[in-house]
Amino acid sequence: MGLLSKKDTNLILDPLADNNPITIQVLGICSALAITAELKASIVMAIAVLFVLGLGNVVISLMRNIIPSKIRIIVQLIVVATLVIIVDQVLKAFAYELSKTLSVFVGLIITNCIIMGRFEAFALANGPWKSFLDGIGNSLGYGVILIIVGFFRELFGSGTLLGYPVLGDPITKTGVYATGYENNGFMIIPPAALIVVGIIIWVQRSRNPALVEDN
Amino acid sequence: MSDKRLTFKKRLHILKHHYRGKKMAPAFNAIHTFLFAPDETTHSGSHVRSADDLKRTMNTVIMALVPVLIFSMFNAGYQHFSALNGFPENFSVMDHFLTWDNFWIGIIKVLPLVVVSYGVGLLIEFIFAVIKGHEVEEGYLVTGMLVPLIVPIDTPLWMLAVAVVFGVVIGKEVFGGTGMNILNPALTIRAFLFFAYPTWMSGDKVWVYEARERAEQIADGATNVDAISGETVLGFLAQGKGAEMDAIYSTWDMFWGFIPGSVGETPTFLILLGGLFLVFSKIASWRIMLSAILGSLVMGLIFNGVVDQGWISQSSPFYGLMSFDFWKHLIVGGLAFGIVYMATDPVTGSQTNRGKWIYGFLIGFMSVMIRVFNPAYPEGVFLAILLMNVFAPTIDHYVVQGNIKKRLKRLNNATIFPKDSEGEAKELKAETV
Repeated sequence: MGLLSKKDTNLILDPLADNNPITIQVLGICSALAITAELKASIVMAIAVLFVLGLGNVVISLMRNIIPSKIRIIVQLIVVATLVIIVDQVLKAFAYELSKTLSVFVGLIITNCIIMGRFEAFALANGPWKSFLDGIGNSLGYGVILIIVGFFRELFGSGTLLGYPVLGDPITKTGVYATGYENNGFMIIPPAALIVVGIIIWVQRSRNPALVEDN
Repeated sequence: MSDKRLTFKKRLHILKHHYRGKKMAPAFNAIHTFLFAPDETTHSGSHVRSADDLKRTMNTVIMALVPVLIFSMFNAGYQHFSALNGFPENFSVMDHFLTWDNFWIGIIKVLPLVVVSYGVGLLIEFIFAVIKGHEVEEGYLVTGMLVPLIVPIDTPLWMLAVAVVFGVVIGKEVFGGTGMNILNPALTIRAFLFFAYPTWMSGDKVWVYEARERAEQIADGATNVDAISGETVLGFLAQGKGAEMDAIYSTWDMFWGFIPGSVGETPTFLILLGGLFLVFSKIASWRIMLSAILGSLVMGLIFNGVVDQGWISQSSPFYGLMSFDFWKHLIVGGLAFGIVYMATDPVTGSQTNRGKWIYGFLIGFMSVMIRVFNPAYPEGVFLAILLMNVFAPTIDHYVVQGNIKKRLKRLNNATIFPKDSEGEAKELKAETV
């Protein structure tokens, strides 16, 4: 990448794997559990967070020298809230069904720990370009996990992907269902997401033992 | 020693040395020690050696389960034919129950469940033992026997296999294997099945062999098959059909186990015998069993009291189960089985004596409560035990803290006689309390 220095590349790539906000820092779990029953919702949520975190990081970074540190949380909240309202209104206008599926969780992006975490930990101390890359990297790391979880939950829970019946029709018993296979109702309920995220964490740490915390 | 005089045991022992240090050693050792006690003796230090090891403990529980398993194989056929031809009049155990026809249904339906449960579960145990490089743990021996007994008879084998993989890996291995799990693996498997495939785990078409199959054929337009309906006692009650149920099943039927239900949960009498066997062989805790029985009786009495006081109308969806005689809760559904074989699991239950009383009592109490109030499924033993599994360490913690507090109080109130020097007095305090 000629455009980005090595340091900048790491800002984007680190959160995708070894410093993933969900599997390593265990942040943003609530939304990862709540909306990953369908792949489509996961993708939209990932994009929404990408927009909010990428832009929010830039805004906070630009204002970092004029925000009084005593009220910085309030300022950060206002920035996130503004961006989230934009996302919410766009969804309501152009993808009403989806915004109903995501329901309250779009609004709850405000409370997503990843966003406030990146504002506090990175944007307040770095320039806008770096903050932008950091925001993109972290939201991509968040989105990747969301999409993996959403993929498995929708595939095994509903037998569909993005709404397409990839495994056949469970009612007329075509495709895989002809063999007696049935959808796993457990994957639909939020605890399943916790277990899928847990398995991802397990796999990641057994591949890279450096990530395992000492006791 | 000539080759001829080598016993099978010796040959295995020689083979074992051959495998020592190799990757497959744990897998081999498991088979070896499953068949025989190893020849090795302790090399250093002094140890108290007892034959009462983990494998012996597990085998004792399995022995207590075998009568239940055999009964359930006969009952599988008995329920099937009774649902088809009507329950026999002048029922006699020899003529109507212990028949080859009944047992054959058991062989083709119950035995595969046992084989799949053990096959898949032990395979996973072997894989994990080889990966982790330590001996195969015996933990699955009991779980493998419990699982086929707590599922409906028509459970598809692949579902059972998926659930066993989930239960053993997520319920046990991720915590570090046998002895480290916080949840009972057999109940984890049952809960997984319940949430993953609810249509196969509840309703009136899953408890009797072929009931579901025939219902599907009839739905497809077949006219030459008779429908089978095998509602459980609790299922009847939950629908407010108590009178209908009374006409079919007598209280003695419930006690002996001639009722539909999960494969092995029905024979309260044999479970009682198994429980006594476990108590007298000191494998299971009588405190947990007794307190769980008390807990369920208390909750049952409360519900009966609510009905007697007229606080609940007959049209209420809970009326049927609430008006059920309080002591009968113990002989229907999985309560007896859960109390005897699952609640007493020494790994996931409470460890302290006082803790065991609380733990057991709450299991009985919650089981009956969930059973009555669960709108989707009139049974709650597995949920109650899993819930209390989670709370068992907390209960133990407070019991231990309470004991420490009590002894500290005694320490502070203790009169110490030699008051010459403070140091000595303090030492005496520590010794006397």
